[in-house]
Amino acid sequence: MKFGVIRFPGTCDEVDALYAARRVGDAELLWHGERDLKGVDAIVVPGGFSYGDYLRAGAIARFSPVMESVISFVEDGGLVLGICNGFQVLCEAKLLPGALLPNTNLRFTFRQVDLDVIHRHTAFTSACAAGTPLSIPAEHSWGRYYADEATLAGMEGNGQVVLRYAAGQNFNGSTADIAGVSNERGNVFGLMPHPEHAVDELTGSTDGLCIFASMRTAVESARV
Amino acid sequence: MAGPNRVRARVLIRPKAGILDPQGEAVKRALPALGFAGVANVHVGRLVELDVEDPTQLEPMCEKLLANPLVEDYEIVLAGD
Repeated sequence: MKFGVIRFPGTCDEVDALYAARRVGDAELLWHGERDLKGVDAIVVPGGFSYGDYLRAGAIARFSPVMESVISFVEDGGLVLGICNGFQVLCEAKLLPGALLPNTNLRFTFRQVDLDVIHRHTAFTSACAAGTPLSIPAEHSWGRYYADEATLAGMEGNGQVVLRYAAGQNFNGSTADIAGVSNERGNVFGLMPHPEHAVDELTGSTDGLCIFASMRTAVESARV
Repeated sequence: MAGPNRVRARVLIRPKAGILDPQGEAVKRALPALGFAGVANVHVGRLVELDVEDPTQLEPMCEKLLANPLVEDYEIVLAGD
């Protein structure tokens, strides 16, 4: 099982994502200017500041050559995980519903947050422990998830609201405490907190690993 | 100058009505402290200024790239308007 991790100009968490993915499988980097996805089984769009966040976070990265291939990959049912700026890129690409807006506190905020896993049947959360929240760091200034009421109602009905900030921990002002969402088909998932920064006891939590492990399970069970 | 066959355009982009605009709120709170009273409805957005040969392309540019219509309104102003 091989992950591909995309590197845009301005991406800064791609190596961390690569190391996290390598704890559960193989992984290699994919350059934004290439359309070739190198036969990877799943894709991670990592965190950082692609294209300097010019115009809006993710707005320019969304039109890079690699994203044309990512869109086809998604149409074919491939798994795509977007973390932080990667989540913003996937929303801009309309692979995920909604948009990310500046935090209500107008500050870059870096803190460990608890995330309630609302749905554990997904390709991205099946390996997460039941009943306990995930402790994962969040590190962003544009993380306020927004979708209009009709979109939200549809998402709730389809089980697309996968992660929520635990009570009292929604520091960025996200609508309905939403921290992570999937598309309707369930093969694209984005979240603002960084699971790749919670894969080793050295940094205080290994709760992020279950996201990568779930993807491995989904890819391998689809092969059978 | 916009140059030959081009017209200067300004695209004004602002948060959609009803969506919390924390930057606008912060500016609104700062103004009374500086002695400017009676200010309401403060919104902070972006200005994109560009010279275009074909002004009819401005709207698709806004829809596709310059604005995010999910969360932003835009207004196109052509020089001379």
